[in-house]
Amino acid sequence: MSQTVSRPLNASTLDEREFFYGHKACGGCGGSLAVRLALKVLGERTFTAVPAGCMSAVGFVYPQLAFGSNAIISTFPGTASMLSGIAAGARALGIPDFHAVGFAGDGGTADIGIQALSGAIDRHDRIIYICYDNEAYMNTGVQKSGLTPFGARTTTTPAGRRLRGALTQKKNMFEIVAAHGIEYAATASVGYPQDYLNKIDKAKSVSGTSYIHVFAPCPTGWGTGSDVSIELAKDIVDCGLWYLAEFENGEFRLNRDPKQFTPIQNYFNKQGRFKHLLPEDIEQIVKHRDREWARIRKQWIRISPPPAVAGEE
Amino acid sequence: MSRHTVRPPFQPKHIADFPCGTCDEAGHLVETLSSWRTSTPEVNLQLCTGCLRCYLLCPEGMIVKKNGKVAIEFDFCKGCGICAHECRSDAIRMIARRE
Amino acid sequence: MTANGSRVFVSGNDAVALGVRLARPHVIAAYPITPQTAVVERLAEMVEDGSLRTEYLHVESEHSALSACIGASAVGARTFTATSSQGLLYMVECMHYASGGRFPVVMMNANRSLALPWNIYNDQRDSLSQLDSGWIQVYVEDAQEALDMIIQAFAIAENEKVLTPVMVNLDGFVLTHTYELVEVPTQEAVDRFLPPFKTTNKMSFEAPKNMAFTATPAHYTEFKFQQHQAILDAATVIADVDHSFGEQLGRYYGGLLDAYRVEDAEFVLITLGSVTGTARVVVDQLRAEGRKVGVIKLRYLRPFPVEELRSLTRNAWALGVLEKNISIGYEGTVFTNVRSALSQNGTTQEILNFVAGLGGRDISRGDIAQMFERLSSVATTHPANRVIFVNLGVETA
Repeated sequence: MSQTVSRPLNASTLDEREFFYGHKACGGCGGSLAVRLALKVLGERTFTAVPAGCMSAVGFVYPQLAFGSNAIISTFPGTASMLSGIAAGARALGIPDFHAVGFAGDGGTADIGIQALSGAIDRHDRIIYICYDNEAYMNTGVQKSGLTPFGARTTTTPAGRRLRGALTQKKNMFEIVAAHGIEYAATASVGYPQDYLNKIDKAKSVSGTSYIHVFAPCPTGWGTGSDVSIELAKDIVDCGLWYLAEFENGEFRLNRDPKQFTPIQNYFNKQGRFKHLLPEDIEQIVKHRDREWARIRKQWIRISPPPAVAGEE
Repeated sequence: MSRHTVRPPFQPKHIADFPCGTCDEAGHLVETLSSWRTSTPEVNLQLCTGCLRCYLLCPEGMIVKKNGKVAIEFDFCKGCGICAHECRSDAIRMIARRE
Repeated sequence: MTANGSRVFVSGNDAVALGVRLARPHVIAAYPITPQTAVVERLAEMVEDGSLRTEYLHVESEHSALSACIGASAVGARTFTATSSQGLLYMVECMHYASGGRFPVVMMNANRSLALPWNIYNDQRDSLSQLDSGWIQVYVEDAQEALDMIIQAFAIAENEKVLTPVMVNLDGFVLTHTYELVEVPTQEAVDRFLPPFKTTNKMSFEAPKNMAFTATPAHYTEFKFQQHQAILDAATVIADVDHSFGEQLGRYYGGLLDAYRVEDAEFVLITLGSVTGTARVVVDQLRAEGRKVGVIKLRYLRPFPVEELRSLTRNAWALGVLEKNISIGYEGTVFTNVRSALSQNGTTQEILNFVAGLGGRDISRGDIAQMFERLSSVATTHPANRVIFVNLGVETA
């Protein structure tokens, strides 16, 4: 399915209204930027569901309600099931032309929320599910999640003499949802905002379930300055620890295939949560990255990004 | 309106002043957050090219388009510094002060 | 014009499905669990044959079932779900969510025991363990009452003074799987009785809302007060709905409770659900022998019929609360609720707690006759232990 882009979607043409405004997220929060941009793409005919987590905690504390369009907090495990209900209810009531979108973090997507997400995709409910990935349970104080990368220090995977941070790899949510036969899935990053905007735009017209996994740095949890969130979100793609890809019509497509990766060590050096890693840990991480990319390059189609426009990328 | 405005603080006197259940107007705001800042961005309009990168990347939506360039609003600017850091023309700098 | 279209020979579960179809829910999301399964199966058949137009979601768990209903309700849709036992417990988080968010979801619960041990038979531990969840709870006695209460439940839940979800309880297997003749109202009659669902407690594009938000210690209590008051106010709505239903569809149920031969009763048994039928038979037998006995069927536990219970039992010498439940380590929950209501009667009547039927153990007429015997002896003996496990199969001393 292709979409004729009548007018390119970029900072100039984006809806000027703000639908996530007045929230209490930390300064420099990648997740809040992900929500803000997505809601500007989706517009006012949108029902948003947000589970317990950072975005609901900062956006919905009565009487400060920061969502400028319809929004509701879901239970922690229930984002996708609540979205299924919203979409079904709106359909039954004959409400035309709406988007049902959810913004869930690590836990709400990959751990406690994975059951409901699986069910929604299985039903092909017409919802857009966006995972803002900051690589830990940030709202409750930076505990390890299923999306915490190998080696990262969190409050439940402390880095000491005996154990050096998280001992497992990130759950591969992108391929998990793809294995469900989802209509459309994509990985993205706030460090490549134009690509992210394009993918949200594409999800608007998917007549089934869409899943977008957007990398969203957390200065508080990562031990970084609040001003480098976008830079880090670009670094992680450039050093190959994250990729920009899509799954559509049953095929995996890599949007960006760096000829050369920037050094992982540089990316780690900017963050407190990786400071403890030894050279042998870095080596292990590099090897894992290379193995993954060898697999991806062999199995996935590599073409250029979806129809986009003048963007720096 | 392009963004919701801040209204007077919520000071209920009677149970009827509360909404019925957990449901109220979208974008109901009662306080600003500018007290969070320890530094404040300042745009140099001479250097600004109007590329809108800062407008796109501000997590708070504080930057608005103005006369082909940008202007920064301050009600919810937390001084994170992303705009200054990401500006490709070095047109924004962070001043270490609150307003 | 007759309000009732047909008479059919159906099970309790079938009757629930027939009631749901007549109520025209926009969205149904339910997960199968014994002994509720026939409800979701009948509803699926009705969707397939076109007689029920609804969005039927095959959810992957009970938590998701109620969560989906809440989502649908949040855009203004009428919703229904059904569960039992372990499934009810799995959705408990969402139950508090639905009541706190003032979403008028209607749920059928097939009363079934709780693991451990695993047991699929009837008792009331599942719903009684959730009396604090902010839901209105009603317990039905037969398939006719089940069908009728499904329809009434929507009318009560959606009333703007109430806006509280309602649980309709049927005894698992004993009522869900037994058959009786049921009058099925016509769709026209139900449409006249039950208007479409209208609310401002919803998201819409005309009036965008932020819902299901957080409240700090400064405000949380006030929201709970609202809910509490709404359930108290529901008592009048329940009486009105019962009255209208009787007028329009021909059957009255008495509101919060039903009293049988209680006016001059010396010994009264208080019951819940289908065992009431057996109790009435015993009451008739004992009355024929000259004994002054009666039975009160508690229909609603939330709101609790405090005044009605007090005035009906004022002159009784002793009361027994028969429930298929115990709050382990103390006493039956219904017993606790009854004693609290009657504590201000200023009388010194004895109240005994008959814990029976756990895990589906049968309650016979003989058992109930024995309960009345016990009541007539405690009026003079004042036992130390008021909690009696009926029909314990072994010696314990």
